[in-house]
Amino acid sequence: MALQFEVVGRFNRARASKLTLPHYVVQTPMFMPVGTQGTIKGLTNRQLEDIGCQIILGNTYHLALRPGAELIDELGGLHKFMNWKRGLLTDSGGFQMVSLLHLADITEEGVTFQSPVDGKPMLLTPEESIQIQNKIGADIIMALDDVVRTTITGPRIEEAMYRTLRWMDRCIAAHKRPDAQNLFGIVQGGLDPVLRDICVRGLVERNLPGYAIGGLAGGEDKDSFWRVVAQCTAALPEDKPRYVMGVGYPLDIVVCSALGADMYDCVYPTRTARFGTALVPEGVLKLKHNAMASDERPIDSTCSCMVCKNYTRAYIHSLVTRDAMGSQLLSYHNLSYMMRLSKDLHMSIVEGRFPEYVRGFLRTQFPKGDVPQWVCNAMEVAGIDISSCCAPVPV
Amino acid sequence: MHVQAAKTVSHILHNCRQSENSYPRSYPPKTLLPFLTPPKTPTLSFRLASAPIKTREPNTNKTKSKVSIQVRLMRFVVTKPSAGAGVAGKARLGALYLGGGGAAPPIETPALVVPTRRGLPSFISRDLLDRLPYPDSLLLHLCPIHFIVCPSTRTIKNIGGVHEMVGLQDHFFIASPGDSVESLPEHGGTNKIGAAFETPSGRRLINPKDYMDIISSTRPNLWASLADEVPAWVTEKRNRLSIDRTLKWLDDCLSLDQEKGASTLGAVVGGPNIEHRKKCATEVSMRNVSGFYLGGFGLGESIEERSALLNAVTNILPEEKIRFVSRLGLPEEVLQGVAAGIDLFDSTYIYHLTLGGFALVFPLDILGEAPEALLRNSSNDYTKINLHATIYRKDTSPIVDKCSCYTCQDHTRAYLNHLLNVHEMLAQILLEIHNTHHYLGFFRSIRRALKQEKFELFRERFMESRRVHLTEAVPYS
Repeated sequence: MALQFEVVGRFNRARASKLTLPHYVVQTPMFMPVGTQGTIKGLTNRQLEDIGCQIILGNTYHLALRPGAELIDELGGLHKFMNWKRGLLTDSGGFQMVSLLHLADITEEGVTFQSPVDGKPMLLTPEESIQIQNKIGADIIMALDDVVRTTITGPRIEEAMYRTLRWMDRCIAAHKRPDAQNLFGIVQGGLDPVLRDICVRGLVERNLPGYAIGGLAGGEDKDSFWRVVAQCTAALPEDKPRYVMGVGYPLDIVVCSALGADMYDCVYPTRTARFGTALVPEGVLKLKHNAMASDERPIDSTCSCMVCKNYTRAYIHSLVTRDAMGSQLLSYHNLSYMMRLSKDLHMSIVEGRFPEYVRGFLRTQFPKGDVPQWVCNAMEVAGIDISSCCAPVPV
Repeated sequence: MHVQAAKTVSHILHNCRQSENSYPRSYPPKTLLPFLTPPKTPTLSFRLASAPIKTREPNTNKTKSKVSIQVRLMRFVVTKPSAGAGVAGKARLGALYLGGGGAAPPIETPALVVPTRRGLPSFISRDLLDRLPYPDSLLLHLCPIHFIVCPSTRTIKNIGGVHEMVGLQDHFFIASPGDSVESLPEHGGTNKIGAAFETPSGRRLINPKDYMDIISSTRPNLWASLADEVPAWVTEKRNRLSIDRTLKWLDDCLSLDQEKGASTLGAVVGGPNIEHRKKCATEVSMRNVSGFYLGGFGLGESIEERSALLNAVTNILPEEKIRFVSRLGLPEEVLQGVAAGIDLFDSTYIYHLTLGGFALVFPLDILGEAPEALLRNSSNDYTKINLHATIYRKDTSPIVDKCSCYTCQDHTRAYLNHLLNVHEMLAQILLEIHNTHHYLGFFRSIRRALKQEKFELFRERFMESRRVHLTEAVPYS
C-alpha cells in the first residue's frame, strides 16, 4: 500500500479527507480531469496547477498505443514524460471495452482489441494491463474489470461480475510495484444489488488500498444510479478512498459526495468546453448562443479564474468554434469550476456546514424549486434536509 | 451665423498653414463647412496620454459600467540613425515609448509584431504570454477585419476597447488591415466603395467608415489606414487606381479620426512599379500621420525586386517616423526589410511553422560563434526541426539547449513528438511559445548587431549559415 487516507471531517455519510500519495497530497472530495493521451486538451501543466488540479487521469489503452509503454518506461515514467509533478491515475483500459465494443472480443483470457492504428489484434489481459500500468508509473492504477453497460440485462452481468473478481486476483499477482503504486479494485454487478454486494465483499476481502464503483455513468436512469452508489459506499470500508468512475455532472458529484464517495473523473467539463458550453453555478451557459454576442458580463461573476476575471461572454462567443483559443479558455474555466466545486465540498464538510452548502447549491441550480425526485430520494438517505429547496407539491 | 462660419473656416485654414503638412486646397470640402466644430489645438505626433491607466474593476453581477480608458499613445524615437552608406545603409535603431507616465521600458526596434486572432495569439493565452521576453512580446498585431462579424463595435466600445476585451492592458496593439492567414486582401473584389478580404466567413467588403468604426471602438495604439493592396502582376492601370484609392481612403480615415492622425500609419502602396511607389510615398508623407504602413508587399513580388521597391519608398519617407510592413515573414525577408530601414514587421512565419510541427533552432548568436561552429550543428537544416520525425521519439533534450522559454524549460522533444502524433492541441501551444520566443530572440540579435555596427556582417553570416546545408547535400559529380 502506497497511500495514507485520513478523514478530516464528516457529515453523516459524507467525508472530507487528506489522501497522501507518492507524488502528491490531495484533498477529497476531489474531481480528476481526464488527460487521455498524456495531456489535458489545450492546457499546460502550469495552468493546471494554477487551476488547482490535484490528480489527472491517463488512459492505458491510448498510451500503450502511442507513445507505447516501453517508451514511457524508458524515459522514466509518465510523470517525467509529461513533466507533471502532482498525482496521476491510470485507467486499466477496461472502459474502452464498452466504448469501443465493435472492435473488442471479451474472453476469460482477456480482451482482444483491433488496434485502431494499424488493425492488428491487441490482447489486453489483466497481467498485460497491470504490466503497462507499472511501466507508466501512476500513483493509482486500476484493475482490469469486465465492464458491461448498465442498460444490458441478463446473465452477462453476473458473468462479468465474477470475472472481475477472478481478474482482480490476476491483477494483484501481476502487480510488481505495490510500494509505489496503489491498485484499486472496481466494483461491478450492473444495477443488481445482490451482485453488487457479492462483488463488494469479494474485493474487500482482498484488502486493497482503495475501491472504485464502476459500470455506472453509462445511460442508466438516475434513480438506479444513486442507489448503487449508496449501497456500495455503505458496504465499502470507512478507512479507504472510494472512487466513482465516470461521474462528472456537478449535481451528480454533490449527491455522490453526500452519500460517501471521495473521487470522481469525467471528460464532461473539458469536452463540453470544446463545444462552447461553460459550467456555471446555475447549470450551463451555451456561449455559441446569439444572445451571448452582446453580453458584457463575465461567464460566471462568482468565479475568480483567469477567464472570468478578464473576459466577457461576448468576446468568448466570438472565439468559440472559430479559434482554438476559445476551447482553451473555456476548458480553463470549466476545470476551474470543477476544482472550486471540489474545494467547496471539502471545506464545507471540514467546517461543519455541508448541509447548508448542499442547499445553496441546489437552490442555485433549481431556483424554481424543481429539484429532481432522485436527488430528493438520495438526500433523504444521505440525511440532508433539502425540503427548503423543493417547491411545495401542488395538492 | 455667417460670421461664425467664417471664423471657423479661417481657424481651420490657419491651423493647416501652421502644420508642416499641406492639404490640397479643397480641404475641408465645402459641403462640410456648416457642420465643422472648431478643431482642437494642433496636435503634434508626439502627444503623450496624461490619464492614468485604468485598472480592472472587481467582479460584480451587474453589467460592466462603461469604461473610459484614455487611449495610450505611442511615441517613436530613432535612437541610432541609419549610416546612410553601404549595403545596409538604411538600417536604424529606434524605440517605442508608451505614454501615460508608466514605468514600462520602451520597445526597441526593429521589432516583431506578434500576430493575433481577434486580439489574442492563436494558441498562447494571456497567462502564458508573460513568460515571453519582456518588453519585446508586448507588441501585438491587430487585424480589424477579424471584428467584422463579431463582437459588434458597440459591444467592443462598451467593454472599453481591445486592451480591456482581451485582458492585455499592458500590451501595445498595432493594427493593419488584413493578416496573412485568414483575412487576405482580395484585389479583385476591391472597388471604389471599399477593400475586399477573403475571410473564413466569405468575402467581405469594408469601407473607410466601417473600418474607422472598428478602429475607434478597438482603440489600438497605432493603426494603418485602409489600403488597396494589389499583387505584383496587376496591370499598370490597376496599380494606379490602387494608389488613388489608397490616398483617398487615407484622407477619409483621417477625417474620421478623432486624434487627427496621432496614431495613424499612412498606407503606402504602388505594387511593383518604382515610380508609382515613389509618388505614393511622397503623397502620403504630406499627410498628418505619425508613421507609415508599407502595403502590398509579400503579395507576389520576387525577393530581388523587393529591395529596390522598399528602398524607393524609405528613401522618401521622413526619417523620424516609424515604418511598418506586413507579410515579410521569413528571416531573410526581415533582414532585407531592416536593411531598407523598416522598423516593425508582422510575420506569420511562426504560425505556419507551428501548424506544421516545426520548431526554430537556428543559432541566435551568429556573430559570437565562429563560422565553423555553425556548420557542426547536426539538425536538419540548421534553421528548424520537424518534431513529427521519429528520430525525436526518445529525445529527452529540450528543443533548443539553454532556451529560456516555457516549452524548453518544462518539456522535451520526445513529449512534443508524442503530442504531434496524437494530434493534441497542446503541441501547437507549446510550439507557438517556443517559436515566438526564438523569433523574438532573432530580432534581439539584429538589434545587437546594429548597436555594434556589425549588421552587414551579421546579415552575411546569417545567410551563409542557412545555405550551408544545401551545399553539403550536393553529391560529388
